[in-house]
Amino acid sequence: MAINPTVLAWAESDLGVPGAVRDVVRAPAAVLSADGGVVDPSAPEIVQLAADLVATMRVSPGCVGLAAPQVGEGVKVFCVDVSAHPKTRDHHGTFVLCNAEVVSGSRNEKAREGCMSVPDLTGDVKRPSRVVVRGQLPGTGEQVELEVEAFEARALQHEIDHCDGLLFLDRAAGAHAVYARKTYL
Amino acid sequence: MTLHAITVLGHDRPGIIAETTDRLAGLGLNLEDSTMTLLRGHFAMTLVCEGTAGGSEIEAALAPLTADGSLTVTVREVPAEHAPPAAGTSWVLSVHGGDRPGIVSAVVAVVAGVGGNITDLTTRLAGDLYLLVAEVDLPSGADVEAVSRELTSVAAGLGVGVTLRAADTDEL
Repeated sequence: MAINPTVLAWAESDLGVPGAVRDVVRAPAAVLSADGGVVDPSAPEIVQLAADLVATMRVSPGCVGLAAPQVGEGVKVFCVDVSAHPKTRDHHGTFVLCNAEVVSGSRNEKAREGCMSVPDLTGDVKRPSRVVVRGQLPGTGEQVELEVEAFEARALQHEIDHCDGLLFLDRAAGAHAVYARKTYL
Repeated sequence: MTLHAITVLGHDRPGIIAETTDRLAGLGLNLEDSTMTLLRGHFAMTLVCEGTAGGSEIEAALAPLTADGSLTVTVREVPAEHAPPAAGTSWVLSVHGGDRPGIVSAVVAVVAGVGGNITDLTTRLAGDLYLLVAEVDLPSGADVEAVSRELTSVAAGLGVGVTLRAADTDEL
């Protein structure tokens, strides 16, 4: 797996605007189940949204990613930072992607996921553990393609699902794959 | 040898399963399939066991569980079922949205309408969020696309979302 140096070098300071902490919406909010709109990554409001997402992720305990629908915006923008998570292997640090999609995936693995927008439940979801993701960086709009694995791969797919109006509940592995949350971060 | 279906329902506490199964083992009963969960905090267990003990004997053995009124036990003899392996396809159905009456009945009616069989089902209410996850066998020849469209239409009428995915198994 090769780390994409452009994505690794990206930092929220590149956005040039301070982020505001936004309220996180919870299911069954309709925005979480609607396919998000494609955005212009260089539009000022998208740059601001990117900064807000990172700022909100930073103040949320245990949060490794946040998608625009989770702050009430039905568009395809999300941020990720899995660098501090114990399940992480290689990673790209903090970054925001717009209009991202999974290009390819392999090596399915099942793991239990939680979500700030579904605070009372967790669920087992099977996803590829190696994926190639394509998207655009906010601000410059530069298109990037990155190979990700393990926990970072799971986080990206979870956030891309949000942008497409899907929750982990939509991918629950079976009738006994959803659990009442026992610990809250 | 006979089969008995036993249910234990009521206030949860540590030791219910240990006590129940110890009493059944004391009668020489063999536990076959069983399931237990908490439903809104209530203990709920169903099990099917095989042995020579009769229904009244099993009821008597489990009677101490119900003595303080916190648990209800039922015992019923059931015939052996010889379910043929399903010839159709297996799916996982997920429905979630705002809680309201009638979500389950409306969605499962679509499955029943095409001769589909639900083999496992869980529903959860978490705050305002209602969730249903079911494992569904659809008969061979069922028009899955049409079922999916009908589910989407019914779910939209209820203001909830629905997903129907193939239940894939990784053979190792």
